[in-house]
Amino acid sequence: MNQLSPADWLTLLAHCAALSLLAVGGAITTAPDMHRFLVDSRHWLSDAQFNHSIAIAQATPGPNVLYVGLIGWHIGLNAGGGASAGPWAQTLALAGFAVAQLGYLLPSGLLAYAATRWLHRHRQRLAVRAFKAGMAPLVVGLVLATGWLLAAAYDQPARDWRLWSLIGATNWLVWRTRIHLLWLIAAGAGMGVLGWV
Amino acid sequence: MTPDGHTIDPTPNTPRSRAELFTAFLWLALQGFGGVLAVVQRELVEKRRWLTERQFIDDWAVAQILPGPNVVNLAIMLGARHFGPGGALAALAGLLLLPGALTLAVAAGASTWVDTAAVQNGLRGVGAVAAGLILGTGLKLLSSLRFNAMGAAACAALVLLTFAATAVWRVPLPWVLALLGSAACLWAAWRLHRTAARCTADAPQRDQTTPAP
Repeated sequence: MNQLSPADWLTLLAHCAALSLLAVGGAITTAPDMHRFLVDSRHWLSDAQFNHSIAIAQATPGPNVLYVGLIGWHIGLNAGGGASAGPWAQTLALAGFAVAQLGYLLPSGLLAYAATRWLHRHRQRLAVRAFKAGMAPLVVGLVLATGWLLAAAYDQPARDWRLWSLIGATNWLVWRTRIHLLWLIAAGAGMGVLGWV
Repeated sequence: MTPDGHTIDPTPNTPRSRAELFTAFLWLALQGFGGVLAVVQRELVEKRRWLTERQFIDDWAVAQILPGPNVVNLAIMLGARHFGPGGALAALAGLLLLPGALTLAVAAGASTWVDTAAVQNGLRGVGAVAAGLILGTGLKLLSSLRFNAMGAAACAALVLLTFAATAVWRVPLPWVLALLGSAACLWAAWRLHRTAARCTADAPQRDQTTPAP
């Protein structure tokens, strides 16, 4: 892995900032382009490091958008000579985390701030009220579709029927009871580790 | 700073301070394993009552249509509404600081455990629960469409079409939002316009979509 010039750092910042404004539908939608540019074209991190960043961001609590920071962390670490290269590499890794994560959050964040201010000021306008009323059923449809797609990823009935029962039971419990969601998550994790699902 | 702008169905509660926003989003983030939406609905609508279900759908629509992670957008919107820029930063910090540190610690430390069979099996179970959480939240949100200005039939058709376009026909999200969204908004605008016109002609108190002055 190569060292990074100041221009490279700027390129990383700019690429993350540009993708930020293209991430309609969540941060994970920009992962393919992130991979194309940072892994295939610049070789700033390896395929395994890229996949690992996404896996860790999904396995730890918190928004998945943190995978972008982890990619930056890997890039900084590589530029400093790897994890064994000492404090300088660790410093560069933290810098990489900050550059990638802030670059990715700033443009869309500022836009969200401006939009919420604008919508609040013009909340009585017909256009704003029509937008809210019109988008509501789409939001519900998208939520249901997201859940459906997550469930449909388990597509082998012989092996996955127990997972489907778990999905169905969770669905009912969330819909009809006020049980704490952490219990459900813990139950799912436990049943997975024990090999029940 | 800014009072809550929704005059249609006011919520019983509002965040009292930036610190409360911070802890709310921190607690929410720490529960967010794949199904943040379900956690957001449970914490902000049902427990803290900072949003009604309708307001939650309104805000989620904006958060979804804007670029960037939905829950990050929602944190900024909610924080900004109550405490301006400081509120947005407090909510955002709650959402990202500790989870970010945790994620870094895992990456820097014993990150090989992520690839072990036990963790992968555990994630399989958590993934199934996340799917159930999101589906259940979607079913819950259905009921809030009852008071939608477009009417029940149009709402049901739009929910079904959006679901089919996304889950069955796999239409990319920007297209779904652009085509179905614009059609829905135009229909809603026409209905709202017609209601307003009829109400000014008859009696103003029959108008249920216009908030009281």
